[in-house]
Amino acid sequence: MDAHNQPIAALFVNRFGAQAAEFRGELTLTLPADQAPAAALVARDELGCNLLLTATAVDYWPQQSPRFHVIYQLRSLKTNCVLRLCVPLNGNAPVMPTLEGIYPNANWKEREIWDMFGIRFEGHSDLRRIILPADWEGHPLRKDYPLGYEEPQFTFNFDEIRLHKPRGEE
Amino acid sequence: MSDIQEVNLGELTHLVSPRALTGETMLLNMGPQHPATHGVLRLLLELDGEIIITCIPDIGFLHTGVEKNMEAKTYQKAEVMSDRLDYLNPIGNNLVYCLAVEKLAELDVPPRAQALRVILAELQRISSHLLWLGTSALDLAAMSVFLYGMREREIILDIFELVSGARMMTTYVRPGGLWRDVPVEFEKAVRDFLALMPRRLAEYDALLTKNTIFLERTRNIGVISGEDAVRYGLSGPVLRGSGVAHDLRKDAPYSGYEQYDFNIPTQTAGDIYARYLVRVQEMHESLKIVRQALDNLPYGPVRSNNRKFVPPPRSELGTSMEAVIHHFKLWTEGFSVPRGAVYVATESPRGELGVYLESDGGPKPYRIHFNTPTFANLQALPLMVRKAFVADVVGVIGSIDIVLGDADR
Amino acid sequence: MGLEQKTGNLGVVTVKLEDAINWSRTNSMWPMLFGLACCAIEMMAAQAANYDMSRFGMELMRASPRQSDLMIVAGRVSRKMAPVLRQLYDQMPDPKWVIAMGDCASCGGVFNNYAIVQGVDEVVPVDIYVAGCPPRPEGLINGVMALHEKVKREKLKDWA
Repeated sequence: MDAHNQPIAALFVNRFGAQAAEFRGELTLTLPADQAPAAALVARDELGCNLLLTATAVDYWPQQSPRFHVIYQLRSLKTNCVLRLCVPLNGNAPVMPTLEGIYPNANWKEREIWDMFGIRFEGHSDLRRIILPADWEGHPLRKDYPLGYEEPQFTFNFDEIRLHKPRGEE
Repeated sequence: MSDIQEVNLGELTHLVSPRALTGETMLLNMGPQHPATHGVLRLLLELDGEIIITCIPDIGFLHTGVEKNMEAKTYQKAEVMSDRLDYLNPIGNNLVYCLAVEKLAELDVPPRAQALRVILAELQRISSHLLWLGTSALDLAAMSVFLYGMREREIILDIFELVSGARMMTTYVRPGGLWRDVPVEFEKAVRDFLALMPRRLAEYDALLTKNTIFLERTRNIGVISGEDAVRYGLSGPVLRGSGVAHDLRKDAPYSGYEQYDFNIPTQTAGDIYARYLVRVQEMHESLKIVRQALDNLPYGPVRSNNRKFVPPPRSELGTSMEAVIHHFKLWTEGFSVPRGAVYVATESPRGELGVYLESDGGPKPYRIHFNTPTFANLQALPLMVRKAFVADVVGVIGSIDIVLGDADR
Repeated sequence: MGLEQKTGNLGVVTVKLEDAINWSRTNSMWPMLFGLACCAIEMMAAQAANYDMSRFGMELMRASPRQSDLMIVAGRVSRKMAPVLRQLYDQMPDPKWVIAMGDCASCGGVFNNYAIVQGVDEVVPVDIYVAGCPPRPEGLINGVMALHEKVKREKLKDWA
């Protein structure tokens, strides 16, 4: 492990029982969901990671446990250290506590994760869809949601597709 | 097809003040089609007369499903979609995508390719700032700046067309380097542009910087403090206009930026005028970087030699069997990248553009997520327009420099 | 308009009036600002000084649909935006024309997925499709001139 990553990894492993991994010089800390807010608070106050860069999720369907990984990427402006917190979640309707109280910009990012993956955030002030229309059903970035592509029209299926394609009229 | 959703006040009660529910204040919809929202952004403004009490942004009108669509394509084909996210900075999007793939695959990039990437990225930055200047001045009723800015932008687009064949969506930066080497006319075209720009930038300065009307409309409007900017995760000129000197080209350099000597312009006021000054000064600094990179342009190949990721040149296909096999594998299956996840960030004209790329060892990205600056910067819009007039919203949106393709992906 | 019913079958006069009306419609067609994505930037470039579209009569771009004749759908239309597009089209007064600019508006373009309407002709009737991703400003002007040719061939009864 890199020299500057080692003390950070040791801090989280000792205090929260996290698993630390390093890949291409980047440190990833895997924590259970209930420890995530406390760990983020430690990262912000003690390590100075005051910028939440992005929050996203990854779906590992059909593997059910863990099914999702929620990823928070943090950066410190002073020391330039970059940290990744990874929270594994199971099942089809997972819940985890929100980080909005610690990083206010987690508001929109967690709304996007709810919109795209269906992961609820407990304690979020305003959890509703942000990018898709409010009456959309389903969570598109899950792996069991189809891509929804339209068959390209070739000569052999031209008429068949034209029958089903809606057409705008006056 | 569904109808337009009516705003259901019931689901927004926690966001508006209690006076809206009794009808004392007015809810105004600044709709997706508006001449001054720089794209399809919808704002719900709660107004008390002309003063804004709350502003609720509603994005998603340009949602393209890029992240899911890229999971279904190989790495080379997915790059084409990355151009069209932040459509004023296609070279920057390509660059950050290629940097992520190169970091994951541990692919080397030759120094000539790195220097050319820097030149093109800085020219793209200038063209994006010119368009920003034109459209935000147009919103504040300074129409001639728009026409002048587009005139310079045409010269930059001509350079991109010379190099890659396309004006905007070039897909010129590829994993391992560039698509092909620049033609011989490139250097003269860029030097002519460098000779022309300082005079033109002085013209824009004379038109706007000390203009009374411009000052009245931009001073002390849309103010955000440095600590708020950091708490809300803003980046780019919005952050630097509030006093925080953070630029990824200096703090976490990529593609050889550490070799060039340039400054990071910062202002402390945090209002629209400060961001305007920051961006204008950034254009001057970009010209400096391009000149240095062009003066020290090394000779050599522009693409890595690693045939597992980079196709062999056509001339080799006639003589070498391995070249034919590599060509075949790359065109049918694509290249496979080792398992793992990386996060790479660059400085786009709007702020920090990052890519989180996770691979499962196959030829398609398992999960790719773009951390776009507009999505982050728009969150602070309600904070910036509180207690401002409706007419100021237009100026503030222009100063954040939003591109909705970025926000909605 | 019902001019033909009012003037009766006077032959020569009706045809010349048709030409005059079509000529006046082509030479001052005001487009509506409907730039959505990347094609909007090329539309702005076509309006700017280098490839001037006002020489073809499109001097202004009106933001209000009530005051415009032509809707240039420039950019990708997402499922959330489609009803808005239809409502704006319905708000435009007759006579009105639609140009689908770019690949995304014509057929969905690069994006063949759940989020993008595969061709804006699923929502509004389109007169001219301009290909390109994004089309060059000259390509858009070519599309506009093709629309002018189409309008010059129109009959009065079409919009009556």
